[in-house]
Order: sequence, then structure tokens, then C-alpha cells
Amino acid sequence: MTTFNVNGRTVRVTAEPDKPLLWALREDLGLPGTKFGCGMALCGACTVHLDGSAIRSCVTPLAAVEGKRVTTIEGLSREGRLHPVQEAFIEQDVPQCGYCQCGQIMSAAALLARQKNPSDADIDAAMSGNICRCGTYQRIRAAIKQAAGRMGKGA
Amino acid sequence: MRLRPSRREFLATAGVSGGILLGFRMPAFGQAAAGAGAGDFAPNAFIRISRQNVVTILVGKAEMGQGVYTSLPMLIAEELEVDLAKVKVAAAPVERAYGHPQFGMQFTGGSQSVGSEWERLRRAGAAAREMLITAAAETWKVDRATLRAENGRVLGPGGRSLTYGQLVDKARTVPVPSEVPLKDPSQFKIIGKPTRRLDSRAKVTGTATFGIDATVPGMLVALVARPPVFGGAVRQVKDDRARAVRGVKQVVRVPSGVAVVADSFWTAKKGRDALEIEWDIPPASLVDSDALSAEYARLARTPGAKARREGDADAALATAAKRLSAEYDMPYLAHAPMEPLNCLVRLTGDRCEIWTGTQFQTVDQANAARAAGLKPEQVEIHTLFLGGGFGRRATPGSDFVVEAVHVAKAAGAPVKTMWTREDDLRGGYYRPIWHSAISAGLDAGGKPVAWKHTIVGQSIVEGTPFAGLIKEGVDQTSVEGAADLAYAIPAIAVDLHSPPSVAPVLWWRSVGHTHTGFVVESFIDELAHAAGQDPYQFRRGLLASRPRHLGVLDLAAQKAGWGTPLPAGRARGIAVHFSFGSWCAQVAEVSVTGNAIRVHRVVCAIDCGRAINPETIRAQMEGGIVFGLSAALYGQINLKAGRVQQTNFHDYPVLRMDAMPEVEVHIVPSTEKPSGIGEPGTPLMAAALGNALFALTGRRIRSLPLVRHGFESA
Repeated sequence: MTTFNVNGRTVRVTAEPDKPLLWALREDLGLPGTKFGCGMALCGACTVHLDGSAIRSCVTPLAAVEGKRVTTIEGLSREGRLHPVQEAFIEQDVPQCGYCQCGQIMSAAALLARQKNPSDADIDAAMSGNICRCGTYQRIRAAIKQAAGRMGKGA
Repeated sequence: MRLRPSRREFLATAGVSGGILLGFRMPAFGQAAAGAGAGDFAPNAFIRISRQNVVTILVGKAEMGQGVYTSLPMLIAEELEVDLAKVKVAAAPVERAYGHPQFGMQFTGGSQSVGSEWERLRRAGAAAREMLITAAAETWKVDRATLRAENGRVLGPGGRSLTYGQLVDKARTVPVPSEVPLKDPSQFKIIGKPTRRLDSRAKVTGTATFGIDATVPGMLVALVARPPVFGGAVRQVKDDRARAVRGVKQVVRVPSGVAVVADSFWTAKKGRDALEIEWDIPPASLVDSDALSAEYARLARTPGAKARREGDADAALATAAKRLSAEYDMPYLAHAPMEPLNCLVRLTGDRCEIWTGTQFQTVDQANAARAAGLKPEQVEIHTLFLGGGFGRRATPGSDFVVEAVHVAKAAGAPVKTMWTREDDLRGGYYRPIWHSAISAGLDAGGKPVAWKHTIVGQSIVEGTPFAGLIKEGVDQTSVEGAADLAYAIPAIAVDLHSPPSVAPVLWWRSVGHTHTGFVVESFIDELAHAAGQDPYQFRRGLLASRPRHLGVLDLAAQKAGWGTPLPAGRARGIAVHFSFGSWCAQVAEVSVTGNAIRVHRVVCAIDCGRAINPETIRAQMEGGIVFGLSAALYGQINLKAGRVQQTNFHDYPVLRMDAMPEVEVHIVPSTEKPSGIGEPGTPLMAAALGNALFALTGRRIRSLPLVRHGFESA
């Protein structure tokens, strides 16, 4: 039994402690927005926040999240309001197939939480763990900058 | 009415260049009851309007990122006169009414969606609009000529107005008109306007349902252990340890291997890891990709099936003032869509329900029916969002669907069969290995007088129901982009060898153009340099009678500042290519530091006829360029003793944010019929990059990927 907090609510998962958080979220907790892409922390599709930092849930065993706070894409918007990064992704028309997008957004939101005005190099460093086969990188970069601008204005 | 093709019709393939298809035709738009609630106005297969005034558009194409859930509804909304933002978009079922207007079968590929639906969906929208106007005329007892439709309402004299929802009951009684007036393009309000995707909100909030997200009550999850080589088979299984894994429910044999069926992905994986399997490995399975390439190189020096003959290329070569010869070599490539393959199957008595992301509905339905021992009409496919397709989710044998049917059948339960990334990369269906031997002759003035090109590579349609694409020994998908060489050269010979192999091969975003675009556009660059001419002007001179080639070539060159100075250490490369009905040109701006290549900027010009959604066109060019760049820099699947060497994204790298160039897309204004955008952006990137590298370093790249030459990505 692992007890932790997901998107503000306490959950108990009875799966074995070596089960990756990704599969606990998807299969045990009914939160399918976090995606499976590689299983080896190589593609970032499974990115969630663990105590506020972006991590790859596909290689994070349940045992490692005991007592911790996890935020998934489902918990990123607050009170029905989209996170500025989500809004910017829509406005920049970023998604194509969309499969990697939740992971991209979680990485971008974690970046902006610690760095209000990231440079191109900061974006490269924070986002290069997230693969997009559709090639939406240029729009992701523009969306991060747009969101940074909005958040800076306190919008 | 019979809604589905018979098996015989299914097999009666009719080949069409760049397309795929079946030999039966269908009415312009059929009636299908799918998705219609009681009381809805359902004038055709594509439109549902409820009494609550909700307009639902059913899309028969799969949304795999290319934007059809936006661009196809735009076609209908334009004529239907509704607010696109208020329209609900839903996946259509597999029905004959959603088949390709020319080829019949329901599929998504060949960059066909908008071009093939351009007429039909506008007509569908216009028919519904006219019926709603008639309904209002009857309601108000006025001449219908005094009425017009606007923004989801019919407006009449004296400020009268009814919403479509209010007209539903009456409209249902109006006969479907056989002829409907279509708008003059000057009246378009939606078509041609840059329009944001309608599916973004679902995709950024995690609520879009992909195949991998599908669940049904009582569902189990399976992973399949497949042979380590293509053509291998299970000899013996020892499954005690697998069965002992907590959560593993069953271990079952299926034609493709051994399936571990469990209560979750993780337990299925543990179970599969614990299987002890002895495999039968026939000698023919011990394929070595390097040996294949060498064999292809040998074949390329011999005459093959004739794909094109123009004049006497041998004679013209023999008398040319200058001769050039080169060989080009390209590896197997995996599609590697972000969403690994998966398919959920529920068998209940005489029904088979399938939830998956597929590009090949009609084919999958027929193949699944055979595997399940049912008729195609007993198979229902729920098409969910595809986490990328690029051709991988369109296999003539429906590999991942058929396997999932077998697993569900053996397990006697609804099962979602899932693939890991390793399964995906090792599972075959690759872009074939290609080898080209190519020679050309120039006259004393540097003008090409002969062109001789011999192509070697495995046919992707041989032995499949699509073998109709092979004409007189030439698989058209192998030579597209080469046999139709656009450059004005008086003597042309293009030959093809199609040696078979056990490795399964498949269409991969832009199909034959993936290799012909690289070879033709690299070699023409070689000729330009040999002639001492500017590569852009050299191409111009040979394309004088090809206005649409010239249009994109000039636009890309101009926007890229071709011929203007660059920062030190940078060079440009140019390429132009016609594919999927569209003309595309790209200029890449590149630098090399040590062995590290950096593509700084790619300027792309595209002529795809009338631009339906310019925003989608830009996105598809950006994506096509990234797809081509990933392949050019790193893409290779290698086989040693039949074993696929690559396993995951560390040894099958793809482009990441830090290597992303600045991409600029320019669309040629056009009133021609719309043509493809999903694939035409991909084939030029490797050539533009290779040509820039030559300009920069004097080193000509004739084999891919660039990492084979010691380059890395900066």
C-alpha cells in the first residue's frame, strides 16, 4: 500500500511498490492524461510533478512517492481555469497528434515555476527530454515564451 | 443496402499512383445512420443536427496530428453556414459512406484527406443547408428564394429567423436534393482562413482519448513475446515463472508469439520477462542489413524492370562531354510514433468490438473479421485519436489489430494488447533499405543530356492486397519521385529491382519519395556543381516548363535570401520536389563545428493548391521537416543475424528541442484543387541539408544517416 497526494487528494494504491507511478496513475487512479512512450525516461511523455519538480513517472516506483505530492495534467488547471501554458499551447496551435503534449506541458509548467523568464538555452535544457515526433518544437518554444509573458504580468 | 465490400472486392485492388486502393465505387455521399440520435436531422453520413441545435460532424478519417478533425469540418461548415467553433466533431464508424470517393475503402494516408473530400464534404454541407432553407420556407409558407442561411439560422423577410435546431423536424421530411449550388470561392468565410485546431483543448488537458486510453469493464492487458527474428516461431514455452507473477491471469499462444494476459501493463510485462521460450530460427531469418546493402549495390549495376524510358540514355551517356556517377544508400527506418501500438478487443458471441488508433479501417475490419471467424459487418471499430501514425498504423495485414483479436479470443476476455517501445522498434514494418546507382552526362555547356537511375529496394506492396500498385514489374511506390523526374533531360532511363526479404516493410511518411527526393535532389546538385553553376539557377534552367516547380523554388530561394551573404561558417542547400499532388521547395542553412552539425534555419515553400487551413499547412510543413531531419541525422534500423539492433530512443534518436531549426513556411497562393500536405514536407530535408554540407565542406553525403559519417547533432 502506497499513500500519497495526487492533484490535492490523498490516495492509497495497493499495487506493488515497484510498479511505476505512470501505471498507477493510468490504471489504478483513472488518470490517463499521463502517457507511456518509452518506459526508460527517454521521451518525457510521462512527465508529472513530484513535490513541484518535473519527473518521469515511467521510471519512478510507487515506493518513491510515499507521502509525497504528485500533480498530473488533470490537476494542472485550477478551478476550471487552464494553466497559462495550456492556454498558450492552444493559442500557438501547438498540438498535432497530441500524444506528447501533456508531458511537454508539465515540463514547461515546471520550468516556468522556477524560472519566470527562461532564455532559449533554458528552454532547450528543460524541454529536450520531451520528444515530439510530430515536430511541434518551434511552437512549444513560442508557447512557453507567451506563457512566461502572461505569468509575468500576473494574468 | 450493402454497406461493406465483400472479400473479393477487398482483394480487387486498383493501383493509383500515390494512393491506395480498391476497385469499387460508391455514391457521392451515402446515407448512414451512424451517430444520429432519435429526432436528429441526418441528411447524409457526415452531418447530424439535434433539436437542441447541436451540429455534429462525423469525420471518417483518422486524426493522427495532421489536422483532419479541423480541416474537414471546415469544408462542411463553410457550406452549412455554421460557426465552426460550435461544431462538435466525432469519429465516424467504419461504413461504406465514409470510404474514399474514388477508391472506396476507408483509410487515412497518401496525404489524400482534404483533396479527396474537397468536393464531397462541401456538397454534404450545401445539401443540408438547402434542406434547412426548404424547411424554413415550408414553415413560413414563403418563397425559398427569399431566404438565406447564416450562422446556424435561416433568415427570412421581416427579420424572421429560426435556428437549425428549430428546423430539424421539418428538415427531416425534405427530400435530399440531387444537385446543390456550391459557394463561389470569393464568398468563403472559413475556407482559407488560418484556423486553430478544434482538438487542442482536449489534447492540452489530457482528456483526448487515444487508443492506449481505451478501457472496458473486465478488461485485461496483454504483452506478446514475439520471435527475436522476422520469420521465427515458438518452438517451446516454459511459462511457470510467468504464471507465478502476481496479477498474471493467463499465458496463451497466438500466431505471432506468446501472450501474457494480466491485470495491468506492469504485471503483464513482469510476466513476459519471466517467460522462457525456445525459438525456431530459420536460416532465412538471419538477415544482415549491411549484407543487404552490399547485395543491393551489386544489383544496382544490373538492368532492372523499366520504370521510365525517354530517348536512349546509354547512347547519350556514351557521347556526353562529361559523365558523373554516384551511388546512394539509405537504411531501414522505423516510424516510432509517440504512442506505442495498442489495440483493445472485446469479442461477444457474434460481435467483435475494437478500440484503437488506426489509419486502415476497412482493411482492419476485414482482417479482424477473418481472425475472429466473423463477417466484416460484425466487426465494429471505434477509431480513437492516434498518437502518431506516419504509415505504421496502416498495415495491409493489420498486424497489431489481428494479433489483438487472437489474444482476446484465446483469453476469452476483453484484452488490450499493448506494445512497448522496444516492441515497436523491433516489430518491423520499416521504410525499406534503398540503394540507387545513378549516372548523368553533361554536354560541353554543362547541360544534362542523359540521366540513368537504377533503384534497388524491397516492394512494400508485393504479396499484399495492394500488389495492384505493381505495374509491369514496377512497384509505383518504389519509383515515385524518380520515374517522374521533372527536370528537362532528353534521355532518361529509370530501372527498378525489388528483391524480397523477410523483414516486413511499409509506407513511411512520404513513401517512395523518402529516398527518391534525397537521391534526385542530391544528384542534381552534384550536376550543378560539375557544370560550375549555381544549384538554384541550374534547377531553374531545367524546370522552365514546370511553372509550379518554379513557383516554389523561386519563393523559397527569395525568402531564404539565396545568394546573399551568410555569417561565416554557414552555407545554404536547396531542393525542390513534387509529391502527393503538391510542390515543395526548401532551403536549409547549416553550419558545422568539428563534427557537430547545426541546421539553423529551414525556409519552406509549398504549393498545395487552394490552402484550406493555412495554419495546418504550416504545421504539417514544420512537422514534415522535423521528421525528415530526424531521419537524415540519426535514423537507422540495423539488423545483425536477423536481430534488430535498436531498442529505444537512446539508440534510435529523433530530433529534440535543442536541435530544432527555425522553420519558416510560405504558401503559394492558388485557386487550384487542394492537394497533399501531410507528406510533401518530408522528402526534401535530407537533400537540402546534404547540399548545404557540400557547399560548406566540399564533402558529398551519399548515404544516410549522417551519424554514419561521424557527424553528430549540435
